Amino acid sequence: MAEVCLSGVTKRFDETTAVDRMDLTVADGEFVVLLGPTGAGKTTTLRLVAGLEKADQGRIEIAGRDVTTASPTVRDVSFVFQQYSLYPHLTVFDNLAFPLRSPARRVPEPEIRERVNAIAEMLRIPDKLQNKATQLSGGEMQRVAIGRALVRAPQIYLMDEPLSSLDAKLRADMRIELKRIQKDLGATLLYVTHDQIEAMTMANRIGVIDQGKLIQVGAPREIYEDPHNVYVATRLGQPAINLIPRDLIPAGVAPAGTATIGARTEHIRIRKVAENTAQGKVQWIEHLGDQNHLHITVGDRKVTTLVEPDTDLSVDDGVSLELIKPLYFDGAGERLRAGT
Amino acid sequence: MSASTAHSVVDAKPWTRHLSSALVILYALITILPLVWIFMTGFKTPQDSISYPPKVVFEPSLEGYVNLFTTRSRQTPEYMATLPPPDNWAEALVRDRNMVIAGPSKFGERFLNSVIIGFGSTFLSVFLGTLAAYAFSRFKIPLKDDLMFFILSTRMMPPIAVAIPIFLMYRSVGLSDTHLGMILLYTAVNISLAVWLLKGFIDEIPLEYEEAALIDGYSRLQAFIKVVLPQAATGIAATAIFCLIFSWNEYAFALLLTSGTAQTAPPFIPTIIGEGGLDWPAVAAGATLFLIPIVAFTILLRKHLLRGITFGAVRK
Repeated sequence: MAEVCLSGVTKRFDETTAVDRMDLTVADGEFVVLLGPTGAGKTTTLRLVAGLEKADQGRIEIAGRDVTTASPTVRDVSFVFQQYSLYPHLTVFDNLAFPLRSPARRVPEPEIRERVNAIAEMLRIPDKLQNKATQLSGGEMQRVAIGRALVRAPQIYLMDEPLSSLDAKLRADMRIELKRIQKDLGATLLYVTHDQIEAMTMANRIGVIDQGKLIQVGAPREIYEDPHNVYVATRLGQPAINLIPRDLIPAGVAPAGTATIGARTEHIRIRKVAENTAQGKVQWIEHLGDQNHLHITVGDRKVTTLVEPDTDLSVDDGVSLELIKPLYFDGAGERLRAGT
Repeated sequence: MSASTAHSVVDAKPWTRHLSSALVILYALITILPLVWIFMTGFKTPQDSISYPPKVVFEPSLEGYVNLFTTRSRQTPEYMATLPPPDNWAEALVRDRNMVIAGPSKFGERFLNSVIIGFGSTFLSVFLGTLAAYAFSRFKIPLKDDLMFFILSTRMMPPIAVAIPIFLMYRSVGLSDTHLGMILLYTAVNISLAVWLLKGFIDEIPLEYEEAALIDGYSRLQAFIKVVLPQAATGIAATAIFCLIFSWNEYAFALLLTSGTAQTAPPFIPTIIGEGGLDWPAVAAGATLFLIPIVAFTILLRKHLLRGITFGAVRK
């Protein structure tokens, strides 16, 4: 395992800049998640690190070695593709053994068997080893794809939305499993997803990416609590952060230039009040069992917040709102810190 | 849905299925009838083969096959009477016609030439075609579309249109009536088909497999051999069959450019002349034997032809 360092990496496809002057260091043994919507340049970043794309500018180092122009074969990385890319003409066993059988590695066959069996056990597919790769369910294919990466110990694991096609239950299991494996192996891992839960639960650090630019990098809590701008704030939180025009709801002393106030659902305190003093009105309540989503209209704006399952609020009740720890943003969406 | 539900929208109705079976059987009968006729003629006597009305039921004879593989000479009854008894059944069969076997015919050699030239050019076409198709499919090649069109344009005229130039060219470079010359010629004709067919098949193989193999520590050539070739097997098999059928059956060039050492079976078979005209049973026997390799080759590769396109391991 090793440190991976991107500095000023840029990749253009014709007119579009997929990755724009990216600076990112993944420390040895660190789990870094790149979070962003489709087309933000996450996958391209991974492919640049893997060597499947050549950077137009900038420098990529793996373990201190400049690999900017090196071929994927010599970079010693492993990659989990979003589309699995299992070799359809091989069995599951042979798929898992494929990286170990590479002429560059020459792992002895008994050791291959041992390692493949161990990986299959870990991914709970030992009974599928003799199946053709095409005779698997989507979830099994994805596990084999992850297994093919984990079967060897490269400098860095690169994973492109590896859990995206698993069902919710398996995804939750695999999240924990993957984090555990990464910790046990002390693996360096660069992971791409658009799923904020995966990012929040597994990452040592999250890099929020938009239009090829790395907007903010930090620990999950830091990204959640202290976003640099509106874009980062909206990437995390479920339901999403409420963006309210200034002065709609009293929100402490807003710094000069504040245009928008961000209030996370848990940072809105709701009280039931008489209709004539109410700031807003309950429009709808979603009962999720463990919690309720409360949709409130304030003037012509909608605000979503959480309430206890046993709330006494009901539709059309008047409420007053109070913001705790509001986030202030200027007209361009940049964060304004209180007192500055 | 339970198995007893007969009214699925995708399942064909019973009468549709019966009708399509009937049509397929009818078509199969029509196509196979000439082959059956050739096969039967090979086992007829010369008299039976030209009798009118044609005989469907006849007494089988191996005379056609004996005539195919031998040259014979007619002798006077007096001379025949002086000969010792025939030492094998073929000799006996020939003597019934007042003839003796003078030696083996050229059929064996010509057949071997067909095998060498047919399979040699097929191998070369598929080998070069696969490499070219891979390059066209995967790499940025300047003027790619123009090159592909240029390759295809070699098929836009009947090959025989260039027969005279090729004949003169071959004569001056010494390729006339050589195995190498015929292999090169058939490869040149087949390669456009091979490149186009195989490019289609290789285009269908997602790039991700090679990328995965590169990351798994394989070079591009190793990835090509380990990952692309097995998945292109279906296409390669189909292409090989088409190439072989062409070069195996090719008649015009073979007639024009070969006469002895490198002559293939197609121009040879019709020249098997018996007494008083063509020896139809021998021609039919030659045609029957000539069919066997290609039928065997097709049956061997049928598995690949029928296997269809691999699917499912890459999510689209």
